[in-house]
Amino acid sequence: MAYSRVSVTEKAKAVIDRLREEHGELIFHQSGGCCDGSAPMCFAKGDMLLGSRDIKIGEIHGCPYYMSEDQFEYAKHTHTTIDVTEGRGSSFSLEIPLGLRFIAISRLFTADEEADLEPIEYNE
Amino acid sequence: MAYEKPEFWEKYDNFIGGEWVPPVDGKYFEDISPVDNSVIAKVAQSNRKDVDLAVAAGWKAFESWGKISVAERSAVLNKVADIMEENLEKLAVAESWDNGKPIRETINADIPLAIDHFRYFASVIRSEAGSVADLDADTVSMEIHEPLGVVGQIIPWNFPLLMMAWKIAPAIAAGNGVVLKPAEQTPVSVMIWMDMVKDVIPAGVVNIVNGYGPEAGKPLATHPDIKKIGFTGETTTGRLIMQYASENIIPVTLELGGKSPNIFFESVMDEDDEFLDKAIEGLVLFAFNQGEVCTCPSRALIQESIYDAFMKRCLERIEKIKMGNPLEADTMMGAQASKDQYEKILHYIDIGKQEGAELLTGGEKYDNPAQPEGFYIKPTVFKGHNKMRIFQEEIFGPVLSVTTFKDEDEALEIANDTLYGLGAGVWSRDVHQVHKMSRGIQAGRVWVNCYHLYPSHASFGGYKKSGIGRETHMMMLNNYRHTKNVLQSFDKNALGFF
Repeated sequence: MAYSRVSVTEKAKAVIDRLREEHGELIFHQSGGCCDGSAPMCFAKGDMLLGSRDIKIGEIHGCPYYMSEDQFEYAKHTHTTIDVTEGRGSSFSLEIPLGLRFIAISRLFTADEEADLEPIEYNE
Repeated sequence: MAYEKPEFWEKYDNFIGGEWVPPVDGKYFEDISPVDNSVIAKVAQSNRKDVDLAVAAGWKAFESWGKISVAERSAVLNKVADIMEENLEKLAVAESWDNGKPIRETINADIPLAIDHFRYFASVIRSEAGSVADLDADTVSMEIHEPLGVVGQIIPWNFPLLMMAWKIAPAIAAGNGVVLKPAEQTPVSVMIWMDMVKDVIPAGVVNIVNGYGPEAGKPLATHPDIKKIGFTGETTTGRLIMQYASENIIPVTLELGGKSPNIFFESVMDEDDEFLDKAIEGLVLFAFNQGEVCTCPSRALIQESIYDAFMKRCLERIEKIKMGNPLEADTMMGAQASKDQYEKILHYIDIGKQEGAELLTGGEKYDNPAQPEGFYIKPTVFKGHNKMRIFQEEIFGPVLSVTTFKDEDEALEIANDTLYGLGAGVWSRDVHQVHKMSRGIQAGRVWVNCYHLYPSHASFGGYKKSGIGRETHMMMLNNYRHTKNVLQSFDKNALGFF
């Protein structure tokens, strides 16, 4: 079985469940740039218009996880774990009113993982 | 001696139509100071209903504000600047408590720059004009500026008052009404400012609505009655803002950060003089505002022939950065603005170590004896290569990634190998070299033999994914107004077609 590029902690799963109850199906999109950049953003499915160069790198707890192709180029050798922390991001990510913030924790893939990673999917 | 904690109000309502207005649904959130992780006030947790009120108040005010004389509008901006100057220390202390930045920066940079910004736009609107063209003997074409109406603005938490000034000053100078949403990490200093200036800005011209992005930011960005949206932040929200603007077919300006290269050529070490000293400080400016600057010079590119000697001098200077209580006048680096930001930076430091970058200094949190509960990180320097994530992703913390280059061409290649293009620095004693570099770098602002200067009347904005539009210059006025063409014929005769 192929290794996943992205996973999620139990704590983050509980927050996803809570948000799904209120907003329905969810997606994640990893941001770049300043302030709250380089962080996962959680939206109701359909709110963010995904582009043809957005890549789905995997699924976490039933939610597709996307990042833009150009950002993925620089991050493709690392595994991402989505966790949640107390905090206050300023973006449109849905967990913010809960006083929580999803965060991305990265580590390098092992050689075994590198050899057998889940394929990415373009949003086409 | 530390500056005393200001007496914050227990809670801050929205400011709409010239009055403090409680949030319609009565909800408030806690504003936490990163200095000591304490709650400093409660702030309105607004939603669509509050945004509706604010937009309506803006339109009501616009009826007169959009028509009064330029002289009157200019006078209002000058009065705002005067009040800020009289209260400079009060604003600076509030800003440091709200954001965590050291008081020496708010007193000497943030607030003076914000004051000057109001004066700048007060003055340029007095001295500019539309244009007139004599198209032929009987036809005159007039290009006339008209304000858009009510505009929405969403600002970040790294320079709350300065970003407020960058957004509000050109918008109201151009004759618009404004609905501004401060960042939820740093909502209070803007409210303190609003209370100071509320008697000189006509009611409804400036409306401040606080709250969370999904609850208050989105209704503002999608509101059918705003005529433009300005945003500073990150790329995913930037894309959403453009998408939301497409619902109403309105213009956007965006400033979305960068990964700015700061390039040091070997000639900086030709002499051991004041210029070398300036260049060393230029590298250490990555630590300004704890690295929470869109233009943070977070990639240092050093010519390999001077790398060892130059880096040794820079590291000595970095070791001298004094951390401590941000409210002490001699503290050089304060707290990161929020807990999630603090954790994100520590994770990036970990990625740098995992990717095999060489840690030259720092690399961990700072246990601040003055404020043990706050969010402090040591200035950190890694040596690595430009394909590493710490060279490509904006960390927005005091983390510098250093690499070397052989010659100008390699320096340009590395400098431009980034998704962003906001700022860049070039340091050299060779005028031909600085010309080649400054024209070759794909960024909206290239600092030559300086860095982190933000004077009004020097445009600021991004290439590539760093955004759209130019702030801090009179050209920003055109992002806040229409051009009306009045084409006037003085010929009495018909065209002759019908």
